[in-house]
Amino acid sequence: MSTLTQETPGAVTAPADGAAGYGLARYLVVRFLLIIPTVLILVSLVFFLMRLTGDPVSAAFGDRLTPDQLQAKIHQAGYDRPLLTQYLDYLRSLATGDFGHTVTDNQPVSHVLTTYGAATVELACYALLVALVVGVPLGMVAASYRDRAPDAALRLFAILTYATPVFFVGLLLKLVFAVRLGWLPSSGRAGTGVQLFLQDQTSTTGIYLIDALRSGDGTAIADVLRHAVLPAVTLGLLMAGVLLRLVRTNLIGTLGADYVDAARSRGVAPLRLVTHHATRPALIPVVTVLGLQVAGLLGGAVLTETTFEWKGLGYELAHYLTARDFPAVQGIVALFAVVVAVTNFLVDVVAALIDPRVRY
Amino acid sequence: MTLLLVRRLPSRLRTGAGVQRAMLLTGAVLTGLFVLTAALGPLAAPYGHAQLREGADLFGSQQHPDGAHPLGTTIAGYDVLSRTIWGTRTALLIIVAALLLSVLPGTVLGLVSGYLGGRLDRLLVGLADALYAFPPLLLAIVVSIVISGGRSSLAGGLGAGACSVAVSFVPQYFRVVRAEVIRVKAEPFVDAARVIGTGPWRIMTRHVLRNSVRTLPLIFTINASEAILTLAGLGFLGFGIEPDSGAEWGYDLNRAVADVTSGIWWTALPPGLGIVLTVLGTTLLGEGLTDLADPRLRRRSGTPAAPTDGAGDDE
Repeated sequence: MSTLTQETPGAVTAPADGAAGYGLARYLVVRFLLIIPTVLILVSLVFFLMRLTGDPVSAAFGDRLTPDQLQAKIHQAGYDRPLLTQYLDYLRSLATGDFGHTVTDNQPVSHVLTTYGAATVELACYALLVALVVGVPLGMVAASYRDRAPDAALRLFAILTYATPVFFVGLLLKLVFAVRLGWLPSSGRAGTGVQLFLQDQTSTTGIYLIDALRSGDGTAIADVLRHAVLPAVTLGLLMAGVLLRLVRTNLIGTLGADYVDAARSRGVAPLRLVTHHATRPALIPVVTVLGLQVAGLLGGAVLTETTFEWKGLGYELAHYLTARDFPAVQGIVALFAVVVAVTNFLVDVVAALIDPRVRY
Repeated sequence: MTLLLVRRLPSRLRTGAGVQRAMLLTGAVLTGLFVLTAALGPLAAPYGHAQLREGADLFGSQQHPDGAHPLGTTIAGYDVLSRTIWGTRTALLIIVAALLLSVLPGTVLGLVSGYLGGRLDRLLVGLADALYAFPPLLLAIVVSIVISGGRSSLAGGLGAGACSVAVSFVPQYFRVVRAEVIRVKAEPFVDAARVIGTGPWRIMTRHVLRNSVRTLPLIFTINASEAILTLAGLGFLGFGIEPDSGAEWGYDLNRAVADVTSGIWWTALPPGLGIVLTVLGTTLLGEGLTDLADPRLRRRSGTPAAPTDGAGDDE
């Protein structure tokens, strides 16, 4: 606890507690309302950019239908109305959670989002786990050996994880562990049999690991986990590098703090200094900055899912792009925009709750 | 401004300490090799980037590496080594295009916004925050559809990549320049200029701008890396540059996915390593420069600067 109070200087919180509470509430409300213009800007940008190329029906079917059929379909879908009317209509339906229908296979976009969203969430959780397990301890090592060989090596490792495109990492892992060594499956979320078995369960969550655990079937659990390893490591390494550097930088900061010097002079062992004294306060800025990485994580997820045929939102996005199904693409991109905006909001909330100096 | 980067290198190399020096040197060498390869591409590559036959004979599909094709051929029958070498040229073009599209608008907007302040400033800051949060790759996809319906020529693919990288980097230049401008405009020499009746444009361009762009070379290198990675991601998703209009590493990796599953390594490794080495070069160069710009890490103590925070160097 003594380590945490260090982060919040009493002088800042002490005066006018009531006023500070009011300020916090006001800040949170303003910050929450800021989500709306952010999402609006992004969604509008995507809408108008997409429409610059023409209407979605011609894009998807232009080379397959006669001009008359095309015209009828365009009229039916309302794409011959003025652009502004379509735009307002689009915003109105978005506000009610209606993302429209896909053009190519005519299903509600919201259905696509919920079906494949679970797979992306599952992948993101695994990746985050890998990133934490790899990034935090290595960051602690790098900070303890500051400017010595282990630090330099880890720094190079972090730069390499940034410089290597996530799909190239995926291909390399696939080549070595799936093809050469044959230890792990090379693609998909589960074997065909297990996949059918999981879909047959009553009340599925779409998150395969949870479904498999609930079924209690050992082979299903093992199969799902084996399929998750390579994609999770691929996407996880992308974030692990960022995490490593963040932990290192912040830990170096806290290791130089007075209370750590005090603990050192009391004779606390160097390892315990890192694990028990310096790490917790160092992790607070890490959490907030990591939240800002969600945009990169989503981009990485699109590429990872494509590499491993992991049928989530990213994989579907690539699929609908190839099919020129713009409402579907627009829907997925809009969802990503909302996720990014909301995460950034949550990050700011966490930062404000932790550190009273953060105010708008 | 890139010239500034090159001009500073020798002095940076002399003042740096061990690891920083090695990083900077490696980065400079890798980047130099990259630019050289891109410039000499036609001479260095055994074949053209879209060449399928020598005389009357086709190269053949997925040929093992041998004398005629040191790195084998792709599934479409291109020479892997040639396409990897030609790929440096595409990568260099995307860097130049992305830098041009990002630096100028970002700097001008940051300068005006920071100097004039007021409502315009608040609007631009809000806009920059919204765009900054958007994944560049997704934007690149949307832009590539707009420019060319996703089936790209060289110019179309480069345009899409550069535009989308610019959308996420203009806000970054904007932020950095704006923050510097706000700091610089409070300096006495700006007041002095105002007192002797200098007009706002002249103050902005003469006095403020020149003192606000010192940190920019560091963002250049991140910008360059991001440009290559975005174009490669675009190509990997099948929205990059078509093989007959240019050699692009991401596209080649996309074609190599199926090869990898059947154990063919030579179509995936060379273009992938091309990306890694290029981005590694620019990143190391940028990191080295950042380190040496940080007075805490410099051996000869310079003017004290504000301490860089942990978030900043990981952006």
